[in-house]
Amino acid sequence: MQRVGVFVCWCGSNIAGTVDVEAVSEALKSEPGVVFSTNYQYMCSQAGQDMIKDAVKEHNLTGIVVCSCSPRMHEATFRKTAAAAGLNPYMVEIANIREQCSWVHKDVLTGTEKAIILGKAAVAKVNLNTPLIPGESPVTKRALVIGGGIAGIQTALDIADAGFEVDIVEKKPTIGGKMAQLDKTFPTLDCAACILTPKMVDVAQNEKIRIFSYSEVTEVQGFVGNFDVTIKKNARYVKEEICTGCGACVEKCPMKKIPNEFNLGMDNRSAIYIPFAQAVPKVATIDPNACNMLKNGKCGVCSKVCAAGAIDYTQKDEYINEKYGAIVVATGFNPISMDKFDEFAYNQSKDVITSLEFERLTNAAGPSAGKLVRPSDGKHPHTIVFVQCVGSRCESCAEKGKEYCSKICCMYTAKHAMLTRDKYPDTEVYVFYIDVRTPGKNFDEFYRRAVEEYGVKYVKGMVGKVTPEGDKLKVQASDLIANKQLHIDADLVVLAAAIEPDKSARPLATMLTASMDTNDFFTEAHPKLRPVESPTAGVFLSGACQGPKDIPETVSQAGAAASKVIGLLAKDKLTGNPCVANSNELMCNGCSSCANVCPYGAISYEDKEFRMPDRTTKVRRVAVVNPAVCQGCGACTVACPSGAMDLKGFANSQIMAEVDAICK
Amino acid sequence: MKVSYFPGCTLKNKAKDLDMYAYKSAEVLGVTLEEIENWQCCGGVFTTANDEVATKLSSIRALKYAGDKEQPLVTVCSACHNVIKQTNHAMQTNSAFADKVNRYMAADGSYKGETEVYHYLEMLRDLVGFDVIKEKVVNTLKGKKIAAYYGCLLLRPNKVMRMDDPENPTIMEDLIKSLGADAVVYAKRNECCGGYISLESPDAAKKNSIAIIENAKVNGAQMIITACPLCKYNLEKCGADIPVVYFTELLAEALGVKEDTNA
Repeated sequence: MQRVGVFVCWCGSNIAGTVDVEAVSEALKSEPGVVFSTNYQYMCSQAGQDMIKDAVKEHNLTGIVVCSCSPRMHEATFRKTAAAAGLNPYMVEIANIREQCSWVHKDVLTGTEKAIILGKAAVAKVNLNTPLIPGESPVTKRALVIGGGIAGIQTALDIADAGFEVDIVEKKPTIGGKMAQLDKTFPTLDCAACILTPKMVDVAQNEKIRIFSYSEVTEVQGFVGNFDVTIKKNARYVKEEICTGCGACVEKCPMKKIPNEFNLGMDNRSAIYIPFAQAVPKVATIDPNACNMLKNGKCGVCSKVCAAGAIDYTQKDEYINEKYGAIVVATGFNPISMDKFDEFAYNQSKDVITSLEFERLTNAAGPSAGKLVRPSDGKHPHTIVFVQCVGSRCESCAEKGKEYCSKICCMYTAKHAMLTRDKYPDTEVYVFYIDVRTPGKNFDEFYRRAVEEYGVKYVKGMVGKVTPEGDKLKVQASDLIANKQLHIDADLVVLAAAIEPDKSARPLATMLTASMDTNDFFTEAHPKLRPVESPTAGVFLSGACQGPKDIPETVSQAGAAASKVIGLLAKDKLTGNPCVANSNELMCNGCSSCANVCPYGAISYEDKEFRMPDRTTKVRRVAVVNPAVCQGCGACTVACPSGAMDLKGFANSQIMAEVDAICK
Repeated sequence: MKVSYFPGCTLKNKAKDLDMYAYKSAEVLGVTLEEIENWQCCGGVFTTANDEVATKLSSIRALKYAGDKEQPLVTVCSACHNVIKQTNHAMQTNSAFADKVNRYMAADGSYKGETEVYHYLEMLRDLVGFDVIKEKVVNTLKGKKIAAYYGCLLLRPNKVMRMDDPENPTIMEDLIKSLGADAVVYAKRNECCGGYISLESPDAAKKNSIAIIENAKVNGAQMIITACPLCKYNLEKCGADIPVVYFTELLAEALGVKEDTNA
């Protein structure tokens, strides 16, 4: 039998105003196991805590019930008090008689009655408490960043700066991501490459950072502090350590008609290629679907011209196993496909382009060397129509678009419109919008400048139809403010396509057991207070994989994710939460119900030998909980049909005892 | 295969070709169209007025007739198809409407929207299969450049019609290709021809129709096919200088049953 002490707090008048605290401490005196009961003005004060410590010594208490505020407020405080008095901290129970009692009731009679019931429930529970000791696990002092765009780059740099090793896994042949494809960045209009490529070089030169480019994560095992990750290095048929990036192979390669992904197919590359001049690592890659040598053994030119001898047609995919303490997801975004939006004639005319294609068209390193020309005939466009929200905020067409706002389009469209008017003042520029959403530092001023200084024609309304006719694009649209239909003969139509998470995110989330929302964006642990952590311990989120974001926001989140990783890697050992699930293997029948509901992947199965009543030995499949991964949510204890699964600190018997005490 | 068939009023006078060739072609493809007994006008336009029940009852009778025979209901006129599918959808999703309708229908027994409704084109795609049609072609239309004109009613509203992508449809193009011809894809193929506005403001309808034909021609079309009598009327009325025919006629020609009917 426990020896329980009850401590009722007045919380000034917060509790005592509507609860007769004297009556509560008196009523709880006669509960089973209670040997001492008192009340005090502020239990959490030093004097109050001393009162608890003294009572533990004097009455030889083994359990403590504090009737006070919510456990979220002071449970930790009273656990420390118990520990200081020599008790196991998990022998403390809190009865919340403030938030859920005194604050919500108006009359003393009801308040007091309820406080007594809540106190009885806590006493009933503490009688069944057992001392719990949290486990410890070591931390591997290395982080993995998945995705090498600006989010992954910034996170990796910040982690490395704190002295920890970081690996970046990037599926493309180079890091840099979407930002490397952009021309200028809003709202200051500095060139994207000028601010990004120095960071890429920093990554390459940082001794703490390793880059696995042209690689992907194929398997993740383990748990916070101890992840076991398999990385697949795709064969690039070029020895990365030897290649100097001189480009001789690229120049001599006879297969030159391969659509260039970096320029979104608006020009061609060769079968062996370096995506762009500032690529990191600056190493050539052979496209196996385009290379004649790899397809039918006829060519070998690149191997002949390579002075370094870096070409290796026999290279195979390589699998690397590495251990990590923390994983950062930075898989980024892509514009959605325009296939289902043929009212804008994207598939019918080369002169209907997406905004990302527009970036490449205006970029000095792009397919037109920065000259804004029509992709169809290379002529200068005199009338340009920008259409915003193509597939965004698309409630009525959720099957082809997205319901959410893509957030970045209003600003980049203002940028495109402004830059066009600045460089080509003879161009007429229209922007069709549902709403213009430009909050952010210096953002709205930027948009106003496009309208007021640069004379961009903003029209509230949507484009209904684009009809290619001759060398014109006939744009039919509505002007909602003037309440009339507009017909514009445009030379170029630019679609601000909605953005969506990269397709690699969904399988990755499954590997990491990290949760996602219905749009495949990773979910944060708390939308306001834990925005860069995934609910899965040790997995962090950086950039647009968590939701649409512009560059400034992405970089701040990347830094925040890095600081969380650093906080984790700085520890030598992790102290777990002892309130974890555990399975009674004698009752477990191995049905998998618990593993199916576990959101953290904490449950596995083992074949164990059991002595049967007839003295035979039988091998049975039983559930085993990994206490380092379990977050103590309790889902498995409810799902278990045989009652084998139980949660330490919140055992079924304890909860039933509370219910009994309340219903008595 | 036997299906219930709802022709619609225009198909028995102005649009006889649409109806006749539908029968002939279906026969070749192994489908028997069983015309619904005593069918009445579908109601003309699907009104979204909540208290409007009377004009929908004839559609519901047709749906129930097919349902009682455990057959899908096939229509070929864009407008009839639109009204019948929307009415059926309302029966499935709007319980207040369904309840009201069933009070009117008491003598005929109740109906809850169980019947499956197919447009003739959907029947060709989903019940027959374009690959089967391809095999049955005897007069290949090879080399002909044919533009499909969808109009506005055939595919919309998409939530109810569930027939094809309303902005980038392929069903008629796939049919054209299965008959051996080249399908011309042009932007205005799903724009409105002007519809009933041709009664009140013929010029407005004409403007729309001309734009459609011009757009088809610019893209190389030698012929336009449609499923809608009103579309055909408007496109021809505006002075089209390329033939506008029902898709069933083209199908019958390729399947070798067009001459028979003329004879």
